[in-house]
Amino acid sequence: MNAISNAAIESAALRSDRFRLEREADWQRLENIVVRMEKGRLRGISDEDLLALPGLYRTVASSLSIARETSLDAATLGYLESLVQRAWFVVYGPRSSLWEWLRGFLGGGWSRAVRGIGFEIGIALLVMVAGAVVGWLLVSHDPEWYFALMGREMAGERVPGASAEALRGTIFGNTEKTGMSIFAAQLFSNNAQVSILAFALGFALGIPSLLLLVHNLAGLGAMGWVYWKAGLLLDFAGWISIHGTTELFAILLSGAAGLHVGRAIAFPGNRPVLTATAEAGRRAAVVMVGVVLMLVVAALLEGFARQLVDQTPARLAVGGFMLLAWSAYFFAYRGRAGR
Amino acid sequence: MKRRVNRARTSKQRVLVTPEGITLPVTVAGRGARVGALILDLLIIVMLIIGTSIALMQIAGGAAQIAQAVDGKGAGAQALQFLIVVWIVAMFLFRNAYFLYFELGPRGATPGKRMTGIRIAARDGGRLTAEMVIARNLLRDIEMFLPIPLIAMAGPDNGMAWLAAAGWLAIFLLFPLFNRDALRAGDVIAGSWVLERPKQKLEAAMTTSEAPVAERFQFRFEDHELAVYGEFELQALERVLREDRTDAVETVYQTIAEKIGRNDGWGAERRFLSDYYTQLRARLEAGMRMGRRKADKHSGG
Repeated sequence: MNAISNAAIESAALRSDRFRLEREADWQRLENIVVRMEKGRLRGISDEDLLALPGLYRTVASSLSIARETSLDAATLGYLESLVQRAWFVVYGPRSSLWEWLRGFLGGGWSRAVRGIGFEIGIALLVMVAGAVVGWLLVSHDPEWYFALMGREMAGERVPGASAEALRGTIFGNTEKTGMSIFAAQLFSNNAQVSILAFALGFALGIPSLLLLVHNLAGLGAMGWVYWKAGLLLDFAGWISIHGTTELFAILLSGAAGLHVGRAIAFPGNRPVLTATAEAGRRAAVVMVGVVLMLVVAALLEGFARQLVDQTPARLAVGGFMLLAWSAYFFAYRGRAGR
Repeated sequence: MKRRVNRARTSKQRVLVTPEGITLPVTVAGRGARVGALILDLLIIVMLIIGTSIALMQIAGGAAQIAQAVDGKGAGAQALQFLIVVWIVAMFLFRNAYFLYFELGPRGATPGKRMTGIRIAARDGGRLTAEMVIARNLLRDIEMFLPIPLIAMAGPDNGMAWLAAAGWLAIFLLFPLFNRDALRAGDVIAGSWVLERPKQKLEAAMTTSEAPVAERFQFRFEDHELAVYGEFELQALERVLREDRTDAVETVYQTIAEKIGRNDGWGAERRFLSDYYTQLRARLEAGMRMGRRKADKHSGG
C-alpha cells in the first residue's frame, strides 16, 4: 500500500463521517417513528410518517450496507445495526390488523390449511372409527369396561343395563332445562382445552394425539353400545349428531393437526427438521383457530339446539346439515383466487 | 470472506438475514430474562383473573346468589347466568388469548417481555405472521400446565403421576436449556425465536471539526507510523476517546507513542490520540475502498 498523502487525508479523512452526517436526519426520523411504535403510541404517528416507514427502513438498511464497507466508526455501525434491527421488528412485525387476517382466514386460508393436512385427516378419521369400534366391542364383551372408559361420575344414569326409560330420559325432554348458556360455555371451554391438548401433543411425534382420539371415541362407542342394547341407537345417534358432527369434526381436525406436526418432526423429508416443523406448525395453527371457532358452534348447538329440538329426525337433519356444510366449506370452497 | 473480525461475538450473538439481504447481528434473549418475563406475565394474568372475578361478583351482588341462579328463573336469574357465562369466557380468554393478544401487536411482546426488554421475531428473518404467534402460544398451555391436571386426576399419592409430571417438565419446561437458541417447544413449531431488543444511541461523529483544513491537525503522522495498527486497535482507540477517562487516555497515549517512537504529545495526549485516530481511520478507510482491509496489528496490508 502506498503512502496516503497528507492532502488526501485532509480531503478523505472525514469521508465516512460526511457520509454519516448527510444521512443522519433520515436515521433520526426513522428512530423517532420506531421509538413511538415501540411505546405503543400508534396514534401519535402521522400518516406521512407511517407511509414513509418502509422507505426509511430501506434507506437506513442501505446506509448500513454502505457503512460496513466504508466506515470504521464502531459506534455508528453499532447504532445503525441496532436501528435497522428495531425497524425490521416493526416493518416485518405482525400485521396490525387482526380483522384483515380474519378475513383472509375465513375467505380461503382456513379451508386451504385443512386441505393441506388432508393425509392426516384420513389417518385421524381411521383412528377415530377404530376407537369407536374398539369401545363398542370392549363393552359388548364385558360391560365393566364401560366404567373404565367413561368414569363413574361421567356416566350418571347412562350405564349398561339401565332401563330404556331411563336412557330415553337422558336424550329427550330437557326442553325446560335452565342454565343452558352456562352449560354451553362450560362445554366450549372444556372442549377447546382438550382440542388444544390434542394439537400440542403432536409435538411428541403425534402418538399421544392419536391416543387421545382413541380414548374419546372409545367412550362414544361404549355409550353407543349401551343405547343399542336398549334399542335406542338411532335416537342416540340423533342426540349426538346435532352437535357431534361439528364437535367430532373439530376434534378430528385438532388430532390431525397434531399429527401433521408430529409427522413433520419424524419425517421432515429433504428439508431441515426445524424448517419442516415450523411450516407444519404454522399450517396446523391455522387449522386450530378454526377448531376453536367450530367448538363455539358445537357448544351452542349442544347447549341450546339439542335441548330445544326434541325429535330424532330433526336432530339428525341439523347434524347432517352441519356435516355437509363443514365438508363443503373445507373441501369444495377454494376461496378467493390468488393467495 | 472473513468479515468484521474485530467485533466480539458472544455465545448469544446470531446473524440474521433480512428479506433485503442485509445481515443483522441479533442477540438471543437470555434464559433468565425469559423466565422473568414469564413470571411477570403469569402474575399479571392471575391479577386479571382475580380482578375480573371480584368485579363480576360485585355486579352479581355477592357470590351467594350465584348458587340459586343456576336453578332459578326470571330476569334476575337470567342476568346472573349471563354473568357466569361472561366469567367462563373471560377465564378461557385470559388463559389462551393473553399472550396471543399482546404478541400479535406491533410490539411483538407481552407486558412481561416488554419489561425485561425482549420480544419475539421470525427465525428466518421474514415477517412474523399471525400463524407463528398462534402456533407458539397454543403449545404454551401444554408446556406449563399439563402436569397439574395430570396429578389432580391421578391423585397426589400416585407416584407414577408425579414421575410422569416430572418427565413432562423435564421435556418441555427445560426444553429451552438444551438447544443453542433457547427455543421453547412452541418456538420450534412456529419458527419463531425470542430476541433481545437492542437499544443504542447515536453517538457524536468522531471527526467533525470546525477548524479550517490547514489547522485541523496539531499532530501529523507519517504513513509508517500509521501502518502499525489495524481496525481492531482503531476501534479500541475509539472507545477510549469516547469514554474520555484521563488515566486511560494517558496509558493508551504512552503505548502508541512508544510503539511509533514519538514523544511530542506531552501535555496534549487527548489531542494527540484524536489526531492519530482520525488519520489512522482515514488510512484504513481509504484501504477499504480499495478492497484492502487490515484486521489488526498482526495482519499485513
